[in-house]
Amino acid sequence: MGKTLSEKVWDAHVVTADDNSELLYIDLHLVHEVTSPQAFDGLRQAGRPVRRPDLTLLTEDHNIPTIDVDKPIADPVSRTQVETLRKNAEEFGLRIHKLGDLDQGIVHIIGPQLGLTQPGTTVVCGDSHTSTHGAFGALAFGIGTSEVEHVLATQSLAQRRPKTMAVNVNGDLPAGVTAKDIVLALIAKVGTGGGQGYVAEYRGPAIEQLSMEGRMTICNMSIEWGAKAGMIAPDETTFEYLKGRPHAPQGEDWDKAVEYWKSLRTDDDATFDLEVDLDASELSPFVTWGTNPGQGVPLSAAVPDPQLFHDEVSRTAAEKALEYMDLKAGTPMREIAVDTVFLGSCTNGRIEDLRAAADVINGRTVADSVRMLVVPGSARVRLQAESEGLDVIFKEAGAEWRGAGCSMCLAMNPDKLAPGERSASTSNRNFEGRQGKGGRTHLVSPVVAAATAVTGKLTAPADLPVLSDIAGVEYKTPRSTAESKEN
Amino acid sequence: MEKFSSHTGTALPLRRSNVDTDQIIPAVYLKRVTRTGFEDGLFAAWRADPEFVLNLPQYKLATVLIPGPDFGTGSSREHAVWALQDYGFKVVIGSRFGDIFSNNSGNAGLLLATVGQDDVEQLWKIVENHPETAITIDLEAKTVSASDGFSCAFSIDDYTRWRLLEGLDNIGLTLRKEAEIATYEDNRKSFLPTTIPARTSA
Repeated sequence: MGKTLSEKVWDAHVVTADDNSELLYIDLHLVHEVTSPQAFDGLRQAGRPVRRPDLTLLTEDHNIPTIDVDKPIADPVSRTQVETLRKNAEEFGLRIHKLGDLDQGIVHIIGPQLGLTQPGTTVVCGDSHTSTHGAFGALAFGIGTSEVEHVLATQSLAQRRPKTMAVNVNGDLPAGVTAKDIVLALIAKVGTGGGQGYVAEYRGPAIEQLSMEGRMTICNMSIEWGAKAGMIAPDETTFEYLKGRPHAPQGEDWDKAVEYWKSLRTDDDATFDLEVDLDASELSPFVTWGTNPGQGVPLSAAVPDPQLFHDEVSRTAAEKALEYMDLKAGTPMREIAVDTVFLGSCTNGRIEDLRAAADVINGRTVADSVRMLVVPGSARVRLQAESEGLDVIFKEAGAEWRGAGCSMCLAMNPDKLAPGERSASTSNRNFEGRQGKGGRTHLVSPVVAAATAVTGKLTAPADLPVLSDIAGVEYKTPRSTAESKEN
Repeated sequence: MEKFSSHTGTALPLRRSNVDTDQIIPAVYLKRVTRTGFEDGLFAAWRADPEFVLNLPQYKLATVLIPGPDFGTGSSREHAVWALQDYGFKVVIGSRFGDIFSNNSGNAGLLLATVGQDDVEQLWKIVENHPETAITIDLEAKTVSASDGFSCAFSIDDYTRWRLLEGLDNIGLTLRKEAEIATYEDNRKSFLPTTIPARTSA
């Protein structure tokens, strides 16, 4: 019998196996400041070196400010953590991209950007959104600090073999509907625990038509429905994205690699332990109303009535969520006003996301009641955006243009919501207090974020008046849409 | 890691589903570089409410946590496990757990006992009516029992159970297979990337 994509990649990395677990080799270990200090301490205490510095990459992303990045970090606790990462890099001989460095950025943005994330590889990081790298056909998953230490010391991890799941996204995605809407709709359908114990493979025409950026958005949120990892079979889109990147294979190696990568597809006679179907053609812009990513509805719908949930657990969760979110059942989602719009994160902080949002906001202005933060996912995404004039579009519309980092996705740095404030956010989690204590989050796509910034209420671009119908609107110089490998 | 065979203590009922690791410990507490002292961050936002179950005097000494389904979803932060342990919890009994949280618990020595949601509901009633009820979790026998006579089996994967029972250091275990790792490395594909030396991006 044939194998699924995830089984092929898994099997290619088994160092040794016994009845209870398999020892998997790790091809790439990404490390950031928040989940690593205790792991390096553990190595020091045991007198162990990092086994493969050449398969390890460090960057600063979670904790760092997005303004005044050339000055010392104001928060002393954050500063200590970042300085600890730098000291560990030096002591253990590891490559690090520090704040201010051209290749600094969110771990899950810089891996693909550098061409380090490649099909058929295993990628881990002390961060749950490591699933992002699965978009390349890599087996990529988040780990805890004990496991970070384990990988640093052994370049391997003992794992139990997960089950396999196919997520078939059939049909064509309607105009104005994005990868983010696919994954939010999926999570609403299967629930936050729907993927527990599985590696998911996203497949079908709607997935094949997506760009690498869109595929990364979908794989990024695999963890939000409980999957261990999410993967997409590599194809021409993948190869085209990778070719010429700093760490992509070159010359003969490139040909050998592509030949291997082309074998990384689920065999026709392979079977999945579970299959889930989603019809892309029926989707519309999707937003969340509650405090977990599974509590979402189409933007055209209303806040649901908790009494309509059949099981008690969901009903109680919905009641608690509405109380926290200060929402009433039956309120149309489009009538919900926000204070802040956050465009960024490892989910939607790539160049394509910024372009899509800029296209919506170009010639329009951010509502007076709204603060809009645009935070590129990496320093190179920022530079690329600036070379295309996107920064000017955002700034002229009234948005704040920031440096690269995780920023308000998890509010570890000064970018946060005040208690009671409400955001439309392109990030991945609407948990209580995620974007600041007492803050309320609605997860949205980049284009919905941009349209929401304009009206001050949850809005899709299609809801906005057409610009050419508004007298006196002057268009900016059309920006260059030339593709670049520097993002 | 200390060996774990069984534990007896009183329990705290947490009637909430989908308790993500951001709730167990908010990100602001993750800036520390130390491995201990995270008890102040445990459920920090909810603890501001004096009625929150963790603040009720009858549960002050609880060492067993019984949350609703999908406990520990979300962020990979192992600090969530450390905060539970630093506060004094030895065991979490629940019907479903987040995947990374599960791995982290096994690695840090916090036992997750997976039971049916029906058993969780029964245990909630028992400890709400009689908070002083002693709950015993026997890892050898894979059972949860209460001093009032309630008993049920729990599940845990064999690998994690073995490591907890033996108190094994994972890294030490893996390093016993150093020769196999080295052999694997010798046979890796030649075109696989390394992070150094960095070719400069254009």
